[in-house]
Amino acid sequence: MGKLPEFKDDNLLVGFNTNDDAAVYKVTDEIAMIQTVDFFTPIVDDPYQFGQIAAANALSDIYAMGGEPKTALNIVGFPSCLDTSVLSDIMAGGASKVQEAGAVLAGGHSIQSDEPVYGLSVSGFVHPDRILRNTGARPGDVLILTKQLGSGIVSTAVKAEMASRASAEEAFGVMASLNQKAKRVLEKYPVHACTDVTGFGLAGHCYEMACASGVTIDLYMHGIAFIQDAPDYADMGLVPAGAYRNRQYSEKETDYGGVDERYIDLMYDPQSSGGLLFSVDESCAVDIMRDLRRAGLDTKVSIVGYAAAQGDSKIRFHA
Amino acid sequence: MKKTINCMGMACPLPVVNAKKAFEEFTETGTLIVQVDNETAVNNVSKLAARYGFAASSRQTGDKAYEIEIEVTPEKAQQQEQAAPGCGGGPLVVVLSSNVMGTGDDKLGKALMKSYIFALTNVDPVPDTILCYNGGAFLTTEGSDSLEDLQNLEAAGTKIITCGTCLNFYGLTDKVKVGTVGNMYDIADILSHAGRIVRP
Repeated sequence: MGKLPEFKDDNLLVGFNTNDDAAVYKVTDEIAMIQTVDFFTPIVDDPYQFGQIAAANALSDIYAMGGEPKTALNIVGFPSCLDTSVLSDIMAGGASKVQEAGAVLAGGHSIQSDEPVYGLSVSGFVHPDRILRNTGARPGDVLILTKQLGSGIVSTAVKAEMASRASAEEAFGVMASLNQKAKRVLEKYPVHACTDVTGFGLAGHCYEMACASGVTIDLYMHGIAFIQDAPDYADMGLVPAGAYRNRQYSEKETDYGGVDERYIDLMYDPQSSGGLLFSVDESCAVDIMRDLRRAGLDTKVSIVGYAAAQGDSKIRFHA
Repeated sequence: MKKTINCMGMACPLPVVNAKKAFEEFTETGTLIVQVDNETAVNNVSKLAARYGFAASSRQTGDKAYEIEIEVTPEKAQQQEQAAPGCGGGPLVVVLSSNVMGTGDDKLGKALMKSYIFALTNVDPVPDTILCYNGGAFLTTEGSDSLEDLQNLEAAGTKIITCGTCLNFYGLTDKVKVGTVGNMYDIADILSHAGRIVRP
């Protein structure tokens, strides 16, 4: 991205220089438009499920910015050798999630490609004063994550045909779940920073948040919810390549604190359509956790750590 | 027995899958060499070997070429298979939820717990897992009378897990001397998948 010209427009509230989840453009003093695009190659065998996960993932960027999705367009790449019923299933899965989000599917574009690709371009709206960014965490804040971790590792175990059925089903449920309910709870609170956990893993996204906010983030393994059997699979070496890349990226500024290797792998495990990660004053934490429980999320919420005054490391792991 | 498998050009998790299959072909102690072309595979295959309790070392043999040499001991591999969930009667889990055994006099209770853990080292087979929570956290940390016995159990193949929240609560986080630290999800998972749970 470094070689692209810098664009300037006073109404562009969030652009790509802050590593945020989506672009935000102010339309009026009351309305800002959020725009995002996300697509990937299949991560599960079932086409309908793949469509659901890809859509939940694309919609999530809107929620992570504090908005509600309104319109969505399909982005499709499909090989000519595959039966078109596969494509119909993928798109039906995606449409089911757009519908659940209360947005409208308004079109799309497809090309022929060697491997199936599916995703969405989604637009949504937010009040310009209510935008959630990945910067602004303050020392003393509690960090809460709204989905359990480990979808990358469990997907790898599924590929290796070593995953238990229960863990595979749990991972699918986590990836296909919308971040809508969680977002509707946290918008009622003075959230300092928010993002969704995706390809960089929990520690990678915390690292970005810590750098952007000028704080150090302490992550406590014992409080974090994992998909069942995920620590076990990490132990068996079913760790995706992305986890090692993520680890390398921020290794020098991370204190592993003697934490078990498998938890380190889980901290860097790339998530597909992960949960919302947000930073909020400790005084709100109990109320938010209660409201999240009452909101009936189908995922596990956990307090993953705390923000502290900037120390020698950006991220510190604790057992 | 010596065996080499070529996993060049294979992306994760295929080298792990192939190494695991190769382990199962060993009927006697021997050496397995796994050739791979990326560091992720080196890390992952080494983790798998460690999980089975096999000694492993790796070296770079060329540009994008690595070898992992694994000492395969089939007896250990079989233990691993038996420990897998869903096989046989399921793992034996011993729960130590206090540093005393029984109710009554705590001095007596402490002595009983110490001799129970010692006795466990002589019971065949040793437990698959020992979970220590609440007062049990005092057993795996600095100052415990049972450290040596627990270390012997660990060497004999018992997984020892102490509750992280409990360690925090008692201010023992930096004082764990044996086993690993787990969270409530580990504990719940182990209890749910146990074949038998023993709580002395």
